Amino acid sequence: MNAVISQLPPLLIVVPILGALLALLLGKWKRSFAYPITLAMIGFQFAVSLVLMESVMDGEVIHYYLGGWPPPLGIELVIDSFNSFVLVVILALALLTAVWAREGADLDIVPEKRVSFFVVFQLLVTGLCGMAVTGDLFNLYVFLEISSIAAYTLVAAGRNPRSLIAGFNYLILGSIAAGFIVLGIGYLYIATGTLNMGELAVMLPAHYGQATVYAAFLFMMIGFSIKVAFFPLHLWLPDAYTEAPAAVTILIATATSKVTAYAMLRVIFSVFTLQYVTESFPVTELVLIIAAVAIIAGAVLAIAQDNLKRMLAYSSISQMGYIMFALGVANQAALAGGILHIMAHAVMKGCLFMVAGMIIYRTGFTAIRQLSGLSRRMPVACAAFALAGASMIGIPPTIGFMSKYYLVLGAVVAGEYLAAAVLLAGSLLAAVYIWKVIEVMYFGDVHDEDLGGGLEAPVSMMVPVIILAASCLLLGIFVELPLEVVGPAAAMLLGGD
Amino acid sequence: MENLLAFIATRYIYIMTIILMMIGLYALIAKKNLVKKVIGLNIFQTAIFLFYISFSDVDGGTAPIFLPDGVSATYVNPIPHVLILTAIVVGLAITAVALAIVVGIYEEYQVTGEDGLQEVMKRQ
Repeated sequence: MNAVISQLPPLLIVVPILGALLALLLGKWKRSFAYPITLAMIGFQFAVSLVLMESVMDGEVIHYYLGGWPPPLGIELVIDSFNSFVLVVILALALLTAVWAREGADLDIVPEKRVSFFVVFQLLVTGLCGMAVTGDLFNLYVFLEISSIAAYTLVAAGRNPRSLIAGFNYLILGSIAAGFIVLGIGYLYIATGTLNMGELAVMLPAHYGQATVYAAFLFMMIGFSIKVAFFPLHLWLPDAYTEAPAAVTILIATATSKVTAYAMLRVIFSVFTLQYVTESFPVTELVLIIAAVAIIAGAVLAIAQDNLKRMLAYSSISQMGYIMFALGVANQAALAGGILHIMAHAVMKGCLFMVAGMIIYRTGFTAIRQLSGLSRRMPVACAAFALAGASMIGIPPTIGFMSKYYLVLGAVVAGEYLAAAVLLAGSLLAAVYIWKVIEVMYFGDVHDEDLGGGLEAPVSMMVPVIILAASCLLLGIFVELPLEVVGPAAAMLLGGD
Repeated sequence: MENLLAFIATRYIYIMTIILMMIGLYALIAKKNLVKKVIGLNIFQTAIFLFYISFSDVDGGTAPIFLPDGVSATYVNPIPHVLILTAIVVGLAITAVALAIVVGIYEEYQVTGEDGLQEVMKRQ
């Protein structure tokens, strides 16, 4: 392997943290410096993640020992096909969100807070990268907290005073979750004496029957479920997504929730292994039931909403159920579908939240009924919404269809026909809540004629939306591309290597 | 009965940790005042810190300090201590953010309790 590439994993985290400091210092001097530095840093991270993914495509795994200390004493960074894929997805989304936020941030962020907003934005993205690359459980907790604290701050940073309350509730629940996770990590350390994920996977089988390990598993699962907002532990999510600044909603709905879901899958499959969750401590059946309830309940609650962002938030709860569903079925096809859905949901929900933000930016409308006839004012934005919405429903040939196809395939292979039916019902309900918006947008009457046409948002907001809407379609058509990475990643999680 | 007493005598530190953790969780859930919730969060986190510190202990162990050649000593496991040092910093940051948000809520609504907050929200 190339000597330069093997040094890249720590740079992915160290350089942007220094960059955030630089942005803060230069931003104090001149406010306009903060944004370009943040954009450049996220661009740098994205480039690095692409190089890393390219170099681990052939199944090679990059190990980096921080400070030259091998585990169990030192912290190890690991790059394999699964996390390099997650890195590329979240950094692409973070980059597009950063581009969107150049003007989109003005919507909710007062100019004096602009510098600190982008600095914290950068720290959030860096924390997520850290979560993705680390091979050490406690390090995972630390990065989880870096990104979470940044997320609490960003959620509460908006002009809207309600964002403070949403941020506070998010903070309380998130901190309880983090406490549970760190307790679970402590139990694992008691049982094995190591914190390295690779070593834990080797050492844990000898301790599978111990109550300590059961406790560790349960604590970590509940903690992660709160962080990911799996139904019924989702209570912080609707308020946080609705009241947060538009740019923050996009980032946490795409990048944060996906990396946390990644971390959960990683802990379940790479630390505890498939054999543990199916044989020693059979939880998959229970997970499947909860996932089915989440899919249906989230979608039904989404249908009942009138606020566009809140509807999309409940839709996220439903869609996270799909990822959890993959965990419940736990076979190759379903897991590939689940990992694909991590990407698909990030792309389409990012697009939908961006359009919702653009509508607020241009018109100030938040309720769905106010969007009447909006397609004549913002044709491109509404078209993007329709396309991403189609992907959310799972209409072929979009990416949303492909991920759901693999999930249903996995369920059928596993003989879970009822569960497969739930997936399809979830799609049907998604059609209801997405159609509700599209109907108003396209077939509603225009009320205030004096608003005029040409409400299309600025180019810097439009470009990311168009890119995401196009990727909903293109990734679905050329699904072999992501599958090339997703397939081996799923196989690796199931213990193929 | 003797077994139970022996159990409590050897593991009382864990029982104390659990009690402390429950006090923290109770404050988080039941207290209406936002500042008291933050205090509850701190108690909850402190319980976890104590849990880590107590399981790292070794009977008769001393502080893990580097010793010159030829001198040996039993020392407690230093890794949980280091981990908790990090976790304390994390806890500090969370408390700082939480208190900043509480101050923001107070400046905006002139209330610090959940009850008052709900009333203000209803009036809006």
